[in-house]
Amino acid sequence: MTMNKQGRPTAPGTVEDNELPTISGDRGLDHEEGLIFELGRAGMTGVDVPEVQMSETRLGGRRRKGPIGLPGLSEPEVVRHYVRLSRMNYAIDSGLYPLGSCTMKHNPRLNEKMARLPGFGDIHPLQPQQTVQGAFALISELMRWLTTLTGMPAVAMSPKAGAHGELCGLLAIRAAIEARGEKRPRILVPESAHGTNPATAAFAGFTVDEVPATKSGHVDADALEAKLGPDVCAIMLTNPNTCGLFEPRIIEMADAVHRAGAYFYCDGANFNAIAGRVRPGDLGIDAMHINLHKTFSTPHGGGGPGAGPVVLSERLAPYAPLPLLMHDGNEFRMIEHADEASGGAKPFGRMCAFHGQMGMFTRALAYMLSHGRDGVRQASEDAVLSANYVLASLKDVMSAPFGEGPCMHEALFDDSFLEGTGVTTLDFAKAMIDEGYHPMTMYFPLVVHGAMLIEPTESESKESLDRFIHVLRTMALEAKDKRTARFEGAPRLSPRRRLDETAAARNPILRWRPKDDARQAAE
Amino acid sequence: MRYHPLTTTDRAAMLGKIGARDIDALFRDVPKSAVVPLSAFDLPDTKGEIEVERIMSRMASRNASAGSVPFFCGAGAYRHHVPSAVDHLIQRSEFLTSYTPYQPEIAQGTLQYLFEFQTQVALLTGMEVANASLYDGSTATAEAVLMAQRLTRRPKAILSGGLHPHYAETVETVAALSGKVVRAPVTPGSAEDIAAMIDGETACVVVQSPDVFGLIRDIETVAAAAHAKGALLIAVVTEAMSFGLLESPGAQGADIVAAEGQSIGNGLNFGGPYVGLFATREKFIRQMPGRLTGETVDADGRRGFVLTLSTREQHIRRDKATSNICTNSGLCCLAFTIHLSLLGEEGLTRMARFNHARASALAERLGAVRGVSLVTESFFNEFTVRLSKPAASVVDALAERGIIGGVPASRLMPHEKSARDLLIVAATETNTDEDCEAFAKALAEVLA
Repeated sequence: MTMNKQGRPTAPGTVEDNELPTISGDRGLDHEEGLIFELGRAGMTGVDVPEVQMSETRLGGRRRKGPIGLPGLSEPEVVRHYVRLSRMNYAIDSGLYPLGSCTMKHNPRLNEKMARLPGFGDIHPLQPQQTVQGAFALISELMRWLTTLTGMPAVAMSPKAGAHGELCGLLAIRAAIEARGEKRPRILVPESAHGTNPATAAFAGFTVDEVPATKSGHVDADALEAKLGPDVCAIMLTNPNTCGLFEPRIIEMADAVHRAGAYFYCDGANFNAIAGRVRPGDLGIDAMHINLHKTFSTPHGGGGPGAGPVVLSERLAPYAPLPLLMHDGNEFRMIEHADEASGGAKPFGRMCAFHGQMGMFTRALAYMLSHGRDGVRQASEDAVLSANYVLASLKDVMSAPFGEGPCMHEALFDDSFLEGTGVTTLDFAKAMIDEGYHPMTMYFPLVVHGAMLIEPTESESKESLDRFIHVLRTMALEAKDKRTARFEGAPRLSPRRRLDETAAARNPILRWRPKDDARQAAE
Repeated sequence: MRYHPLTTTDRAAMLGKIGARDIDALFRDVPKSAVVPLSAFDLPDTKGEIEVERIMSRMASRNASAGSVPFFCGAGAYRHHVPSAVDHLIQRSEFLTSYTPYQPEIAQGTLQYLFEFQTQVALLTGMEVANASLYDGSTATAEAVLMAQRLTRRPKAILSGGLHPHYAETVETVAALSGKVVRAPVTPGSAEDIAAMIDGETACVVVQSPDVFGLIRDIETVAAAAHAKGALLIAVVTEAMSFGLLESPGAQGADIVAAEGQSIGNGLNFGGPYVGLFATREKFIRQMPGRLTGETVDADGRRGFVLTLSTREQHIRRDKATSNICTNSGLCCLAFTIHLSLLGEEGLTRMARFNHARASALAERLGAVRGVSLVTESFFNEFTVRLSKPAASVVDALAERGIIGGVPASRLMPHEKSARDLLIVAATETNTDEDCEAFAKALAEVLA
């Protein structure tokens, strides 16, 4: 071993056994971290609050009698806990996130900064309207972007996420149908639809009827037409669809739906493929939600919050829910009650308290202003280009059921290339984790076997895509070569290996309990 | 454009690999009639950071932010101090820019904090289990009503007159589709006789405490009356800080608790995004809406967390799901759970006491103003006063004097004649003695 004069080694020695267990249980930068309840102790706090003596209260005799059971920690302990937890997460900031149907694109930090301006972040939804005219102006500007990009005349801003937007759209449709004195209980949903579509239809009290897909991965327009009738309220269709394809007969389908007296709801989850190039309004769509947390890059935040404004056609616009933003020529006014609405508005009700996801609106508008119409169009083009590049680069070694034509912003593969290898879609996807990648969307859409849906988005450089393609090609070739070692029980290098989901569901442990309680609960 | 890494050369090379002549070739499935030029969009072109900041800062400056004036609005959204560590931590890339934790091996950070969040919510509400959040308090209340309708197979929901009107309207929008929603009369400062309204087709009674006027309600008696008729009691809480001082809904017999968690960790944000808390009894979990995180072990036997009981959810069960919800309030849960971890038992209790003391002092001070009388005898950090003039005009006059003096009840319930002169006032740890004094003085001027 080479050493300097003080005896400090100056060159790395050879590692003999890197599987040697550590004393601490941690491994270098990978720290294990207990639950917050296992770390704290009574009497400690990370927030200094003045102690108030209360001899007399006005709590109506409802003062809490026992302790809540929360742990106490100082600020450094809390900070370390959450920083350590964060390091167990994959994120778009740290790597490519090829989740089909989820549009995991770059989240600019400018948007975060704008949302935190006190004039947006520190205003109350019910403070006097004359004191929040700038907030109304922002919402109005975002509405202009959304209606212009979609070619639709109106937009309901309050829905809190995509599924909430779907509900909003269906309730507007329901109100329009009822206004005609009709009852139409059935909603048509293609079998390739997102799960939220049938769930929302059922949630809104409709029965769901499935429309099959053709061999080419499109909605079977003839089957759709055959199913239309006086009891059909609407069709809910995703375009581009979940196979990553634009529906070429969409205008024809829209016409048929309208001829039957029904409405055309479009799931806008895949708007990132066409924003700035195609206006849904030109396709005959009556209502479409826009996931601001997908197309317009408000961060996913580990599952939310989102925002799901719904653009509406002329025929549905009068039924938009409360509140309604108006401008009387002088200033903005938020209409919060049905009888204050003018111009033939017949709002169907209210989706939620207050005015919607303002914090998401500020981020989305910052994104839009930064991009401009040219940037929005470029984003869609790059997203589509990147997906086609992935498709073209992988289809000879993986199997693309609809690989002959161009795809839109996501590329779909099935598991036929893995046939006879013993490797499943799940194994293949989990092995990606060891390679430093988040898996693609798996087993969705349901219309192909062992689906793998890849959406690279416009945020990846060509070098990044090439590296990703190289890894997937090598994996596919190894699998086909029956060299399956890296797939068996993958992942091996992540903070956790595969988790026992069956056990979790069979014996649900949904919260921490103090040791004594846990023992009692078990007995 | 600074967010797009592909160069013109890259694009040409990629088109070459694909074998497409140009980008238009990739859009060939789009009907010709639907292809529009860029000029079809009457919108501005790309801008640099500095211009975007300038435009948006100008918009923001036209709003009176709560921190810039004496500020007393509540009614479902509360201004509390959020420690700096909270906002710093939630902006860590690994939290901010991660997806829903469907791949648990590389999402333990999110899953563990959701498990901790579920535990905290269960403890605060005094319930056995909680989910990983819904959108906000109002949609959580609507989901609770739907769940009660499923559990009891009964159609009717009875809403207390003290339920926040936005919440009541949200419930009506969805729960009236397949059931019935009845609203009890509005009785500011007292409890309606809701027990008398419960009958054999009642699925649930929904009671908010503190109610929209700030009054602390007796949930226990209503719960007993509901249970006697086979109905469920849904308790609604819009001010989560009150858990620090008030008896929990669970201890009072609630079957489902739907609450707004904004007060802990989350700013006002003009009404959203917020975080819906949802807790219930263990025996009802298979009818719960929303995501649930559960503890399990990995292939090496190490403790880990996963999303569980997914067979309730839309992505598995489609039209048979308990709810259509998918996206939740993940990052707002994180803010909630970090703030609550910082507070701990001691900090939360102190903070709640501080809020109550501040509101009590303000109630006393305002009560001494001529033309003001206190309507809510018991309250936490929010109370209602009756004014000698219509409250909406008083609030406007106060705003002209640079004071945001609460929410006029008429803004929430314009048809309620008895509410015309009522002002709903909240006070928190963010209000100073000087704020309160300025408010009282201005109110005296306006009412004089």
